[in-house]
Amino acid sequence: MTVHFKQDQPATDNRLDTMAQGVIGKPLPRIEGLAKVTGTAPYAAEYVCENCAEGVLVTATITRGTVVRVDIDGAMRMPGVVAVIEDDRLIARPAQGTANEAPKQQPRTVCYWGQPIALVVAETFEQARDAARRIAVEYRDDGDVAVTPAEVAAEEQEDETVREGNLDKAMADAAFAVDATYTTQGHASAAMEPHAAMAQWDGRTLTVHASLQMLNYNICELADAIGIGAENIRLISRFVGGGFGSKLGISEEVVAASLAAMQLQRPVRVVMSRQQVFQGIMRRSETTQRLRLAANSDGALTGFGHEALVSNLPGEEFAEPVLQSSHFLYPGENRELVLKLARIHRMTAGSVRAPGEAVGMPALEAAMDILAEKAGIDPVELRLRNIPDKDPERGLPFSSHKLAECLRQGAEAFGWDHGSRLARQRREGEWWIGTGMASAARVHNVAEAKARVTLKADGTAVVETDMTDIGTGTYTVVAQIVGEMLGLRPERILVDLGDTRHPRGPGSGGSWGAASIGSAVYVACMAIREKLAAQLGTDESQLRLSDGKAGDGQTLVELLDGSDIAQTGHYEPGRIKDDFAASGFGAFFAQVRVNHYTGETRVDRMLGAFGFGRVLNAKTARSQCLGGITWSIGMALTEALEFDPRDGHLVNRDLAEYHVPVHRDVPDLDVILIEERDPAASFIQAKGIGELGMCGGAASIANAIYNACGARIFDYPMTPARVLAAMPD
Amino acid sequence: MASELIVNGRPHRLPDDPRVSLLDYLRHDLGLTGTKKGCDHGQCGACTVIVNGLRINSCLSLAVMHDGDQITTIEGLGTPEAPSPLQRAFLAHDGFQCGYCTPGQICSATAMLDEIANGWPSDASASLEGRFEPTGEEIRERMSGNLCRCGAYANIVAAIADVATESDA
Repeated sequence: MTVHFKQDQPATDNRLDTMAQGVIGKPLPRIEGLAKVTGTAPYAAEYVCENCAEGVLVTATITRGTVVRVDIDGAMRMPGVVAVIEDDRLIARPAQGTANEAPKQQPRTVCYWGQPIALVVAETFEQARDAARRIAVEYRDDGDVAVTPAEVAAEEQEDETVREGNLDKAMADAAFAVDATYTTQGHASAAMEPHAAMAQWDGRTLTVHASLQMLNYNICELADAIGIGAENIRLISRFVGGGFGSKLGISEEVVAASLAAMQLQRPVRVVMSRQQVFQGIMRRSETTQRLRLAANSDGALTGFGHEALVSNLPGEEFAEPVLQSSHFLYPGENRELVLKLARIHRMTAGSVRAPGEAVGMPALEAAMDILAEKAGIDPVELRLRNIPDKDPERGLPFSSHKLAECLRQGAEAFGWDHGSRLARQRREGEWWIGTGMASAARVHNVAEAKARVTLKADGTAVVETDMTDIGTGTYTVVAQIVGEMLGLRPERILVDLGDTRHPRGPGSGGSWGAASIGSAVYVACMAIREKLAAQLGTDESQLRLSDGKAGDGQTLVELLDGSDIAQTGHYEPGRIKDDFAASGFGAFFAQVRVNHYTGETRVDRMLGAFGFGRVLNAKTARSQCLGGITWSIGMALTEALEFDPRDGHLVNRDLAEYHVPVHRDVPDLDVILIEERDPAASFIQAKGIGELGMCGGAASIANAIYNACGARIFDYPMTPARVLAAMPD
Repeated sequence: MASELIVNGRPHRLPDDPRVSLLDYLRHDLGLTGTKKGCDHGQCGACTVIVNGLRINSCLSLAVMHDGDQITTIEGLGTPEAPSPLQRAFLAHDGFQCGYCTPGQICSATAMLDEIANGWPSDASASLEGRFEPTGEEIRERMSGNLCRCGAYANIVAAIADVATESDA
């Protein structure tokens, strides 16, 4: 039985707070955690498979042109080589998130340096790697093409444009005004598990173990790419070694392994090298952003301008949505928001954790710090004075809004000094010390989802969906929802994820996973509760289930009397998406040390307070926030894709040169989870939390650097060289 | 000539192809996939294993170089039925998210605590000699070769500190 529920109204009568089991929201350890810490959790490339051949991708060494010839005969003479796959169906780029169709194919047409063009398959990995490196490829090189945004005229993304009132006049009339331009460099997701696929073809069904975030879309993308029906494909992603957007869509290794397995009639594994992941998978676009803020003498915004320039390959629809939260975070009746896209030949730009706000918020919140200084208003107070009572552009009410609570509770817990904010006041030896803060905002997304819950006759439960857990905690929060609703301890619940044979979930992306799949699981559990209540001759609302018993009486095993109850929950967000503006909110506080002589910045402590609706698991939710704050530190200080301006090739294409934060870069971090229910966000009153923790955090560090040493920096990351250049004498 | 190496107490024959890294040998030839390949260039630490008591990046080492060596992988430290103290602490402190860097973090931390106990100094140490305490800063410095992109560092350090303090007592 499938029960469909479309949510048009806020879920004000949600059951989760009135159930008896008491597991929802609790900081339970991850139910799959023991498998992960003992190394027994299998990731995509790790399944045991007889007679599996090994494939290594061949990548282009030109930026723009055509592959004229691949020396297949020469490669076939190399030891162990069994095939060279050179097929027009190979994909030349990864699919964008929720694309649901194949990305650009025909890889003989090269559009960026490092584009995969063929696959070498051999008996062993060492043989395939050697042959892929030595295979001769002839190109027709089209020569110089644009590889930096400054070389081309950018296209305005008109859907994003807002022009209201007269911003120029508001700026001229303002008591206090800021007009500042910021840049951010490109970022890589750099998930720890490289992209990997292991494909098997039995003549009828293609089974692919892959590292993917959104199987429900990925299966259609793969079917479209290779030209078979989705019903003949099974995708499995039980464990995903990090995604951060880079595994939203299928990428080159999935199609290559599939085509090779079908051609060779034997299993084929393809794992990208770290360098290939950097070169061939999504980058976050670099940005140039102009912020204009006009305020009256009280610091209330009268004008708000945010313009951004981003880039992508020709043919790609995705434009880093830099302005996403700028549309609603602050008021100002005179508004000008414009997003422009430059078409250049670097690898595909797409979603990297918190697309949009990850870079938009750090620019906006750094500009707000300048405004606070000019107006002589405490930065926390300035933000409190600029919280709109409804979405300033669309006029919609907010589903819930906890920014003020985040600012106040965060400031108190951090020990924020609301007094004078003069820079360069505290020095210890070589080090300047200072503090800074910033607001956080990240739009809330929720999507259609299906999950099957089976209450088994033995008093256990099974949950089945193709939803994934990419480290986010899906396994555990799903078990907690089922446990709460059906009165079961979580160890009595098997959560079976990441298999397209199951009902389709929404996938993991845009922070929408837990709220969406959780709502589908909730729908299924409500249907099971109805059935149990009917059997007991009572109303569902009176059904009290805990520890496998109904009330103080019958056990579930007795009640079920040898038969299972299976229900598929189908959740669909309805009018709630149109009737409310929904976002997670938060506040960051940071204390840094800046070295007077070297310009090095160290983060001494950092705190984030976040409001994102119901907390499903206080431990895993906190971990998501810790992760986001850690990314904030990386974006603030070290992370930057560096491209060769001559041919657009990525210079720092590995983890030694692209600097993600390491242990010693990250101090003890404090996280405050603000108590909140958001009935209009999802059926379970929850919003997303996977991305909010990095939406503005870098600005709290920028503002702390200024407070410490007086250096206003307009370019992220704030490397020692940039800090030194901006530091007053 | 005994061309074998001992992995988690069991002898195994060295591979014929000298190009096989110790990492690929463990993962592919022995099926010990708990050791992870994150970069294959010694930059991320996901492949950390313990060789004759010392932690190394197994991707930077060829299997044939380990004739007679004693190698401990994550599978040799503990099992789901009998996890090691660090494995339990990582679980309790949520010292991981996706789990891919986790075996490397745990192998690294296991050997790192021995390094502190054996009086090896680090950049975070006040002096080159004497007894070193497993402070947060010492742990962070010594674990900086193990990347975690999910950003679980704060919890990893708490987990390691927990075990370090227990074993001190």
